[in-house]
Amino acid sequence: MSQVAETPTSPEHPPAAAHGDHAAYDGLRLRDVTKEFPGGFTAVRSLDLDVPRGSFFALLGPSGCGKTTTLRMVAGLETPTSGSITLAGQDITYAKPYRRPVNTVFQSYALFPHLDIFENVAFGLRRRKTKDVDAKVREMLELVELTSQARKRPAQLSGGQQQRVALARALINNPEVLLLDEPLGALDLKLRRSMQIEVKRIQVEVGRTFVHVTHDQEEAMTMADTVAVMNGGVIEQMGAPAELYENPRSTFVANFLGQSNLIEGRVLRRAADVTTVEMHGIEVSVPSPRVHTDADAGWVGIRPEKVLVGRPGEELDAPGNTIPGGVVSDVSFVGVSTQYLVRMPWGQELQVFSQNTGRTHMFTQGESVELSWRPEYAFLLDRSQDADAGAAERVGG
Amino acid sequence: MTSTAGVAPPLEAAPLPPDTGRRRGRTGYLLLLPGLLWLVLFFVVPFYSLVATSLYDPAGSDFRGYEMTWAVGNYVDALGEYWRPLLRSLWYGAIATLFCLVLGYVLAYAIAFKAGRWKNLMLVLVVAPFFTSFLVRTLSWKLILADDGWVVGTLQFLQVLGDDGRLLATPVAVVAGLTYNFLPFMVLPLYASLDKIDPRLVEASSDLYAHPAVGFFKVTWPLSLPGVVSGTLLTFIPASGDYINAELLGSPNQRMVGGVIQSLFTDANDYPAAAALSMVLMMLIVVMVLVYVRRAGTEDLL
Repeated sequence: MSQVAETPTSPEHPPAAAHGDHAAYDGLRLRDVTKEFPGGFTAVRSLDLDVPRGSFFALLGPSGCGKTTTLRMVAGLETPTSGSITLAGQDITYAKPYRRPVNTVFQSYALFPHLDIFENVAFGLRRRKTKDVDAKVREMLELVELTSQARKRPAQLSGGQQQRVALARALINNPEVLLLDEPLGALDLKLRRSMQIEVKRIQVEVGRTFVHVTHDQEEAMTMADTVAVMNGGVIEQMGAPAELYENPRSTFVANFLGQSNLIEGRVLRRAADVTTVEMHGIEVSVPSPRVHTDADAGWVGIRPEKVLVGRPGEELDAPGNTIPGGVVSDVSFVGVSTQYLVRMPWGQELQVFSQNTGRTHMFTQGESVELSWRPEYAFLLDRSQDADAGAAERVGG
Repeated sequence: MTSTAGVAPPLEAAPLPPDTGRRRGRTGYLLLLPGLLWLVLFFVVPFYSLVATSLYDPAGSDFRGYEMTWAVGNYVDALGEYWRPLLRSLWYGAIATLFCLVLGYVLAYAIAFKAGRWKNLMLVLVVAPFFTSFLVRTLSWKLILADDGWVVGTLQFLQVLGDDGRLLATPVAVVAGLTYNFLPFMVLPLYASLDKIDPRLVEASSDLYAHPAVGFFKVTWPLSLPGVVSGTLLTFIPASGDYINAELLGSPNQRMVGGVIQSLFTDANDYPAAAALSMVLMMLIVVMVLVYVRRAGTEDLL
């Protein structure tokens, strides 16, 4: 079930045969990595992953999906049951954590409470007997804007400041890969947003590989170049945030990363460019590259903000799929948009987000409406997948 | 406690009758009263009596009665005559504390980090010796270290001890007894402070290029210092004042100051000398503890 990012660096499948060219890859590479814990729980199942050098990579998934275990295996704090991990061509699968060019920003930071900020940041340098510790620490404290706090203890700092100390303490060692384990989870929403931008800025500035573990899909999409969505120990889908959002390949990704309307349908015709699907008696078309099932039965997926709502018979800017017979069952006005729930003739309620441009009509509860969307925004998923997968685990909007 | 009345939050006090603040203060004093009474009865009065006794005329006796003559010379006499057992006490106490620290640290570390689900059972086992009497436990060490016991036999077989060598009535036996008897006082505070250490800190040190041994001395050890300080105090103070171990496992050559004081009080009836010696021991320990805590940088313990 493992999937590899559609990057030019990972053509080989099955991965077990690919040991030969590891030396050529300069990023972080996981091959067929499995982690079973005593007691029989399998946290990670034959995972393949390529993280290009210098990229900001996010592992996104609900709690218990194996993302933190994956991170800890890269850090050396857990040993894989099988498989291999290479970094810049070096096999580090069984290397001791203190011998890897990898540093971690821990969840809740794990700052040394008995050392001041300066010594916390200097810890890694001192262990490696680096020269010019003072100058380097000062420079790093400047980067995270904590120069004035150098002689304070961690407990005297605020959450956001502690977070920056944790980042500085890891970054100062100039690691090949910086691992971030839900580093913003303990911060309040506003601070989290500004730290997301801050961390991203620092990543661009130092140009190192960052691997960020989070369960917050907005955080992952804001910060990362590439997002891998994990569920049940495997990677569901991997790609650029926009690609994942616009063209999810499983119901889990469709629901976990934003919201989706999933409508039962049956494939009528398959052509090279367009696949026609019958959906409760209505024919809709889906671009063939966005069809992710070989079976006849499927879920037609459409994002709520891609659905247009109008009066019956009204001309809408969506040539293609029109679904008549809806009745507005719920309206919530949230300022930038109005969110409708529309009950369809077959009983399902679809979500529609209508942008508040000022030119659209506000519908009220009980009004009859027609829905439509541009065919290029629809996608088709496998019918055997659970239509609610991932919806409950999603955080935030 | 006077501040209790002062800090009554205005928000809370406003809707209540105006005398609440004073009543709160009075409650505080009332709660303090039993403790204060206890301290006055069982600490201040005996302490005063001990100080006074140490300054009685040394020529007094049970028949003639004692006179308070501010005889500071008692201290000089006591020190001059009994400095050997006094030094020996501090020395034995220090060695026993060191052994307790090494053994206790390993044990407490294992319980805190490695015991898993056996943690509670192991803690109970640490305390279990207290279920029997101190005297009985010390006497059983007499059996263990007996001249025809298996410990001496094994050591003789290994040529560590000569054929007529023995353990009983030697410093080894006394220090072994002290170490055994006071080990729980070391283990419990050590465990309490080791158990509080977040294992992620050790992971973080390892992530930051610290070899496990280096990580121990840079992270675990400094964070466990409060336990080390309170453990060594709880061990050293009673161990250096102890006289049971020296009496049961040692010979007159291993006599400790506690034994001297006891026999001065009960056998020789030389109350002034006994009291003076008690005072010297107490002052020495107080000074040593103050210096130690200062140097260890754990003043918050006091």
